[in-house]
Amino acid sequence: MAFGKNLLSKMATNDGHGENSPYFDGWKAYDSDPFHSIENPQGVIQMGLAENQLCFDLIQEWILKNPKASICSPEGVNDFKDVAIFQDYHGLPEFREAIAKFMAKVRGNIVEFDPDRVVMSGGATGAHETMAFCLANPGDAFLVPTPYYPGFDRDLRWRTGVKLLPVVCESSNNFKITREALEAACQKAEESNINVKGLLITNPSNPLGTILDRDTLQGLVNFINEKNIHLICDEIYAATVFTKPMYVSIAEILEEDKSCNRDLIHLVYSLSKDMGFPGFRIGIIYSYNDKVVSCARKMSSFGLVSTQTQQLIANMLADETFIEKFISESRRRLAARHGVFTRGLMQVRVGNLQSNAGLFFWMDLRRLLKESTVEAEMELWRVIINEVKLNVSPGSSFHCSEPGWFRVCYANMDDETMRIALRRIKKFVLQADEREAAAKKHMWHKNLQLSLSFRRWDETIMKTPRIVTPHMMSPHMIMSPHSPLPSPLVRARN
Amino acid sequence: MQQMLSRKASFNFHGEDSPYFLGWKEYEKNSYHEVHNPSGIIQMGLAENQLSIDLLESWLAKNASVTHFKEDRGGSSLPLSSSLFRELALFQDYHGLPAFKKELAELMEEIRGSKVRFDPNKLVLTAGATAANETLMFCLAEPGEAFLIPTPYYPGFDRDVKWRTEVELVSIHCSSLNHFRLTKHALEEAYQRAQKQKLKVKGVLITNPSNPLGTTMSKDELNHLLDFVISKKIHIVSDEIYSGTVFDSPSFISITQALLNHKKVHAGNDISKRIHIVYSLSKDLGLPGFRVGMIYSENEAIISAATKMSSFGLVSSQTQFLLSNILSEKNFRKLYMKENQKRLKKRHEMMVSGLENAGISCLKSNAGLFCWVDMRHLLRSNTFEAEMELWEKIIFEVKLNISPGSSCHCTEPGWFRICFANMSTETLNVALQRIKTFAVGICEDRINYQQALCSSKKSSFNKWLLHPLSLWRNHQDHESKYR
Repeated sequence: MAFGKNLLSKMATNDGHGENSPYFDGWKAYDSDPFHSIENPQGVIQMGLAENQLCFDLIQEWILKNPKASICSPEGVNDFKDVAIFQDYHGLPEFREAIAKFMAKVRGNIVEFDPDRVVMSGGATGAHETMAFCLANPGDAFLVPTPYYPGFDRDLRWRTGVKLLPVVCESSNNFKITREALEAACQKAEESNINVKGLLITNPSNPLGTILDRDTLQGLVNFINEKNIHLICDEIYAATVFTKPMYVSIAEILEEDKSCNRDLIHLVYSLSKDMGFPGFRIGIIYSYNDKVVSCARKMSSFGLVSTQTQQLIANMLADETFIEKFISESRRRLAARHGVFTRGLMQVRVGNLQSNAGLFFWMDLRRLLKESTVEAEMELWRVIINEVKLNVSPGSSFHCSEPGWFRVCYANMDDETMRIALRRIKKFVLQADEREAAAKKHMWHKNLQLSLSFRRWDETIMKTPRIVTPHMMSPHMIMSPHSPLPSPLVRARN
Repeated sequence: MQQMLSRKASFNFHGEDSPYFLGWKEYEKNSYHEVHNPSGIIQMGLAENQLSIDLLESWLAKNASVTHFKEDRGGSSLPLSSSLFRELALFQDYHGLPAFKKELAELMEEIRGSKVRFDPNKLVLTAGATAANETLMFCLAEPGEAFLIPTPYYPGFDRDVKWRTEVELVSIHCSSLNHFRLTKHALEEAYQRAQKQKLKVKGVLITNPSNPLGTTMSKDELNHLLDFVISKKIHIVSDEIYSGTVFDSPSFISITQALLNHKKVHAGNDISKRIHIVYSLSKDLGLPGFRVGMIYSENEAIISAATKMSSFGLVSSQTQFLLSNILSEKNFRKLYMKENQKRLKKRHEMMVSGLENAGISCLKSNAGLFCWVDMRHLLRSNTFEAEMELWEKIIFEVKLNISPGSSCHCTEPGWFRICFANMSTETLNVALQRIKTFAVGICEDRINYQQALCSSKKSSFNKWLLHPLSLWRNHQDHESKYR
């Protein structure tokens, strides 16, 4: 007898978990054929997982030098009982203090954080869901600038019944969040009778790897104050800002702008990216709204941080010398990694959105698409997974409005794997270019034999992917969809 | 600001304004300490097991090199890939550490006398039983639907089961007249009541062994329950968080075990897919801080959905690793459980006899970390107001935080849950002494009052005198019934 589906809730049987998205398909391909430098050198290299694995050597060194931080070591076992029985949802006081200090340090000590506003959650995943439960009723909505992290579809919507409405950002202005886009999203919500409760931003951005400048941040604060809606700032990548411009946290804006209604401002944070500890499930909600702190704290019962982990982290973060060294070294290594990849890709004329943060970059493969459609992007992506054997994440899974962008993670592998990954991409692109050039040459010859009707010529050009000329290869520019098509005569000269 | 937040944030659905939690707050303001604050409030409202943690500590001390990330202490620098710490720090697979789930499945089997098998692949790890119960509700019921639950029950369920899920709880009334046992009649009555309120019943939530009663469900109760859910085609969620604390006969019968025996009568139905177990290491192993909970179900759809939902509250990989090591030694596991039960039994006996000395009886129990104590004879009147009055006296004058039955949704005033496993023997003795002084004091006060009345109003003397004496007689009757 088939088990009646209606005996389970809709939530248990719908797709709200979001795992049928291509974002996860790539992971499945990787899981079934994972790269290993010795055992499976032809396997899929995981570049879809935004993890920070660059500084474990520093952490390991600290662990060895500080056995007392672990309740499992002979030096730390005396703390075992007190830690094991402590289940107060306020968390270990030293944990909250250490988190508050760390958050300040990551932001250059320009702002201070109050340990009493630090609330635990089951990773940032749990934090986002809790925020949605606290701020919105089922059917209400949050605005989210695109492209955005696919996990939000699950975290903010699945069990809460809350909606996410996109604020469309475009490559033509480097995916800036404009007032027009915000207003357009609000307008659309109004027309559909949807009640907007807040705006969710990720700064630094996932998947873009960029940070919001001060003016944009201030603009967002003005916007939410005018509309009287909440602002949730996911600052999970705050310590991954590896070069200028300097990072500006929403906390800083709040310090400067005394007219802002503080009750509307909430931060989500985690140690999963900055420290590289996703397994320890350290999620943080930091709200300037007392009622939200109180409610979120009660809800944190559903996802407290293990006290064993709180103890370790409290000790580690309290070691200020170590933490300063860690943050600066992590930034240096991220910058180096980012540089190797982006320069390597430039050599094969693959650009990326200029970025200075995150564990990934936003790669521009629009010129390799057969046509500017999501289907073409998916086709290209399947080739990259199955033939090039790289799991990168297609822009459509991030709700990007323009096909052809891919998020490429680079901090979750060693140097050797990185070199192999880069080689594979370069080889693939070169081969694609050669095929394109051969096709172009064939068309060129064919067209010489035909009557040179201008319209037909134009049609031919429109069907082949756009060619990048040297002057458009500057690393500081991304290709604009509005740039004029180059004349084939220019290319022939090159 | 109210409407700026969600309804869930704005009202008191979290249930923390119940006396259950208020007592805790008072305790926090004035906590007992045998040296620093000997007149402070003793915490007897917290069902924690601190009796056997020394066994875990000594295991750790002997095995620290195993658990402390197995680092190479030779001083050589390890290549990135070989570090255990790194692997754990990165491990966020919601399927959990396979080694850990294997040990948990075996532990659960052992607790049930190896009479049932548990498949580690059907186990979902959650951030404590709190998250396990909430997750199951999200999976089994729509907002507005209901689960039936026998009273009295753990006050935390009002938050865990109802708050964010918007699922309703409908009480199955259990009475002291039959030792709060679950009856066919009570199940049916609750179901009908739910129907009248236009609530669709999706299942029954039981806690076995019971919190706050400290009793294990009998074969008959379990059979009634199974008959009921089979006929209504609904689910059972069996919270078996105290299964390892059964220290006396009758032995624990898990819902799965009951089903195995029941199947002979009712073959060919899919009831096995509608039974879901919740467990945790917070009570049996006394590790509430580590947030280790789990769901076990034979229903693949539930396992699949619950696994995905566990993303909102995974168990720290560091903790999974530590515990999989501790639990991997079968001998230690067995030794721990046996010794733990022995200590619980001793503590239970101390509590019961201490209360007896104070003229107070308890429901006869064989499990849990608490006693279900009968203080009805100390009430001014048979009302919940009188129960609250008594409770306030106990908090503020006697300086004990115990949990009033009303906070557990008990239908009869005068019952209290008193915990005994979260303190030293000395502290328990102090607590019992305070209770004795208080209880004896009340009775003496009543006698003095009667005597005072006597001397002024001779004509009503007989009538009044009978009252406290009959109370005392009743009390003695209670003693023999419930011990």
